[in-house]
Amino acid sequence: MRITVTVNGQPHTRDVEPRLLLVHFLRDELDLTGTHWGCDTSNCGVCTVRLDGVPVKSCTVLAVMADGHEVTTVEGLERDGELDAVQKGFVECHGLQCGFCTPGMLLTARWLLDRDPDPDEGRIREAISGQLCRCTGYENIVRSIRWAAEQEARS
Amino acid sequence: MQVPATFEYERADSVPHAIALLERYGPEARIVAGGHSLIPMMKLRLAQPEALIDINGLAGELGRIAVEGGELAVGALVRHAELLESETATDLFPIFRDAERVIADPIVRNRGTVGGSLCQGDPSEDLPAVFAALRATAVIQGPGGLRAVPVREFHRGPYETAVEPNELLVQLRVPVTPGTGSAYEKVERRAGDWPVAAAGAVLTVADGVITQAGIGLTAVGAENFCAPEAERHLIGRPPAAEAFAEAGRIAAGHCEPHADQRGPADYKRHLAAELTRRALTRAAGRI
Repeated sequence: MRITVTVNGQPHTRDVEPRLLLVHFLRDELDLTGTHWGCDTSNCGVCTVRLDGVPVKSCTVLAVMADGHEVTTVEGLERDGELDAVQKGFVECHGLQCGFCTPGMLLTARWLLDRDPDPDEGRIREAISGQLCRCTGYENIVRSIRWAAEQEARS
Repeated sequence: MQVPATFEYERADSVPHAIALLERYGPEARIVAGGHSLIPMMKLRLAQPEALIDINGLAGELGRIAVEGGELAVGALVRHAELLESETATDLFPIFRDAERVIADPIVRNRGTVGGSLCQGDPSEDLPAVFAALRATAVIQGPGGLRAVPVREFHRGPYETAVEPNELLVQLRVPVTPGTGSAYEKVERRAGDWPVAAAGAVLTVADGVITQAGIGLTAVGAENFCAPEAERHLIGRPPAAEAFAEAGRIAAGHCEPHADQRGPADYKRHLAAELTRRALTRAAGRI
């Protein structure tokens, strides 16, 4: 089936099988390997991307379902060579550790701050409850997101 | 890597078109909306539909939440996140807020749908217990038009519903009664997990006594996700701790929980009683 998906502002047209999952479309067809692929069961959240602005787990979305829609991956977070505030926050507050969950964490954090620019710790923890950090580095991830919120409030 | 078996994929552009596609492909076709139950089952090859009919384009027809004719109407394609954020729904029935906050996680809730939860018919699904407690009606559309089925008759067994192969669940309708409070209590092992056990309660009180009671239970083997004997016990009594505790005991007595990795049967039965008591208490406090 021929599909066209706009990823990080760029339309991509490919012939795909209906059973191809969005995560594999992004990684294998478009070489956008920033989207990680983890548990395969919609549990760990490392494959999270934004579909029409809304975070979804791309291991549980068929690529054909994204036909005609817009996807944002972690590669689409920076603007004009400038890292997004949440990316900077993860650098500043060491929210990275092994980095495996980071792309999904970043996209979820960006989504949270778009909707709630001043989330408290409870709100942040709730928002990332669908993302598992295997290093259990949640303290610094929460701090990183708070850092980004404070940075954006100042600017 | 988990990959589904091959299937045909069709996109419906209206409800009648979805029904026409169901008729064309026959009983081995499945509707896909959020897909958060179906697609994992397809990846594990527990489900191998021959065709998927995608109804995600039908939000205009199936994605509304509104009060009409003394009922709250919730479209089948309403996402969990939308129900959670709908003040129309959660102000009338706080049970929706309680339940939706503990269904999976925020990202899964962005995609999964209310109708999908009902149609999946998993014995541990949260929303069947919620809608059973609310005495909701399921509106099903087929080639011959619409029909209404009480949610308490909707689930015929595990993963089995009243929806025929050429039909589509289009809406849930919940009666709006003044003087009603509702609540949902769930015990899960970790964030986003299926319940070990959960109970929903809906209470209507007039002149100091309970005039209507709804108790929904999930993951504990309660027939039709509800506890009618416990509900009957409450009618005509004042909403008080003793009556709620007794209702919990009666409800637990009519459960058939199975021991599994989430816990032994007697623990789940204990939870059924305790969560029913807590849900009733909280529901009464919200009237």
